[in-house]
Amino acid sequence: MKHSQPSTRRGVLKLGATLGGGFLAPAARAADAGSGRLGRPLGPYGERSPFEKSVRWTRQSKTPEAGSSFTPLQDSHGILTPSALHYERHHGGIPDVDPSRHRLVLDGLVERPLILTMEEIRRLPSVSRIYFVECGGNSGSEWGAKTAPDAQRGYGLASCSEWTGVPLALLLEEVGVRPGASWVIAEGADACRMQRSIPLAKAQENLLLAYGQNGEALRPEQGYPLRLIVPGWEGATHVKWLQRILITDQPYMSRDETSKYTDLMPDGKARIFTFVLEAKSVVTFPSGGQRLAGPGLYEVTGLAWSGRGRIERVEVTTDGGRSWQQAQLQDPRLPIAFTRFRFPWRWEGGEAGIASRSTDETGYVQPTREALLQARGPNSGYHFNGIKMWKVLADGSVSNADG
Amino acid sequence: MRMGSGWLWLALPAAGALLPQAPKYGVGRPPAPEEIRRLGITVAPDGTGLPAGSGTAVEGREIFAARCARCHGPKGEGGDAPALVGGQGTLATPKPRKTVGSFWPYATTVWDYVNRAMPFDQPGSLRPPEVYAVVAQVLHLNGIVAEDQVLNAKTLPKVRMPNRDGFVADPRPDVKPARP
Repeated sequence: MKHSQPSTRRGVLKLGATLGGGFLAPAARAADAGSGRLGRPLGPYGERSPFEKSVRWTRQSKTPEAGSSFTPLQDSHGILTPSALHYERHHGGIPDVDPSRHRLVLDGLVERPLILTMEEIRRLPSVSRIYFVECGGNSGSEWGAKTAPDAQRGYGLASCSEWTGVPLALLLEEVGVRPGASWVIAEGADACRMQRSIPLAKAQENLLLAYGQNGEALRPEQGYPLRLIVPGWEGATHVKWLQRILITDQPYMSRDETSKYTDLMPDGKARIFTFVLEAKSVVTFPSGGQRLAGPGLYEVTGLAWSGRGRIERVEVTTDGGRSWQQAQLQDPRLPIAFTRFRFPWRWEGGEAGIASRSTDETGYVQPTREALLQARGPNSGYHFNGIKMWKVLADGSVSNADG
Repeated sequence: MRMGSGWLWLALPAAGALLPQAPKYGVGRPPAPEEIRRLGITVAPDGTGLPAGSGTAVEGREIFAARCARCHGPKGEGGDAPALVGGQGTLATPKPRKTVGSFWPYATTVWDYVNRAMPFDQPGSLRPPEVYAVVAQVLHLNGIVAEDQVLNAKTLPKVRMPNRDGFVADPRPDVKPARP
């Protein structure tokens, strides 16, 4: 709620302090001039201000080990998600893995099977890349008649981090992939030993064996000490607590690529291996649950991303979709990363419909919810990337337009 | 290197691509067979990876009641955990019910998942014969195998699941925007 009244009030105080000087009460001046008391000493590991309350949202569940938590996108600045707020999706809880005992095995259709310690993996040439990760089930709420009330619950199974690690391609060359190999099977060390099949061509393209996230080691809930990053593809393929890469001549049709993460069409057929995350965006301010303090200038802002590359353009509407105008995009625009967009807007009071529409470097344009429903029906469950309209009412409250 | 006949000259690059090249970094070591075995059994649709052992639905009845029914229901009809049984014929209706019987394309997947991830709070605690038996029971509850049908590494991959042909390739991008 950073845009709501408290910050406006702070702004007024600040303005008063600048203009009014000594006429203001001591308490108000103290807020800017220092408390006159010594602050806290230095600390070993930072905490955010106790005034900041933004947290992940979790749906109540009888099996919380197999749930998901949603990033508070509505409170985010810029393009990076703090590691502590990165969305979670676990299928068997968060294991406590001792990095000194963790091993990665590469075997199967290879010339030289390999087992590596974490220390050995960190000795290999590394890269750092900023990529978003998005759950294939993100925005699943939007397929239904009653869509999510806010950006967090509707779009928050997506986050963006800088990941550091070793390109998988490097290790595939090291083990020598044999002719006939066409898939790799990635397996995690969690309780359910999460397993996904990934085409070898993608594995050789840009996958990362990541041990670093936003400047430090991965968080346990992000796969400590080692996870796969599969740029632009659904989050469940980014296997966490990675312990094995099996090189094979076939996909293994694991539970999480057949019974889950497949998209059921109205004719009863389900699309399988629907990996790529298509261009998407959402306005994070003003968005559902927030409130505009009163008529005047605001910055409409939000995030756009595409699994197929760079975001080329984001358009914003403030009149419910009748007209669209180009938003400013934050530089640098990175491929397969969150792109922040901003659009100055003067609210005259009265009702407004606010939404964003992204276009990626392939020319693909984010579709409407109606177009997605028409093409895929209401039961496909995954990979919703439709436009989200927020409704501003005359009293300044913001909600989902269909509510 | 002497360049021989035209035939040899052409064959050399191809042979080079197939021959194992020396590792570039030389970090790590070959895993011992035990270290691969410890990673467990990943099962392919053709049955690759299935271990020895066998089981029937009759043998699986008790195991299912003791280890599965609490979450999945006594007859696999669902509870705190998803339904395993029923839903056949519903996939093309407005209220599709996706279960092992109605949706899962391969019986090997059921074996693999039960073996690696079930029961939810004690994953990996079933021995291979118990996994064969409980998979047989789940398939039997769905009317896919007879209660005395023996499932093992040879017979399980041959079980034909009702929705075996129910999956299609990803056709995206499939939605064209209507630009105002």
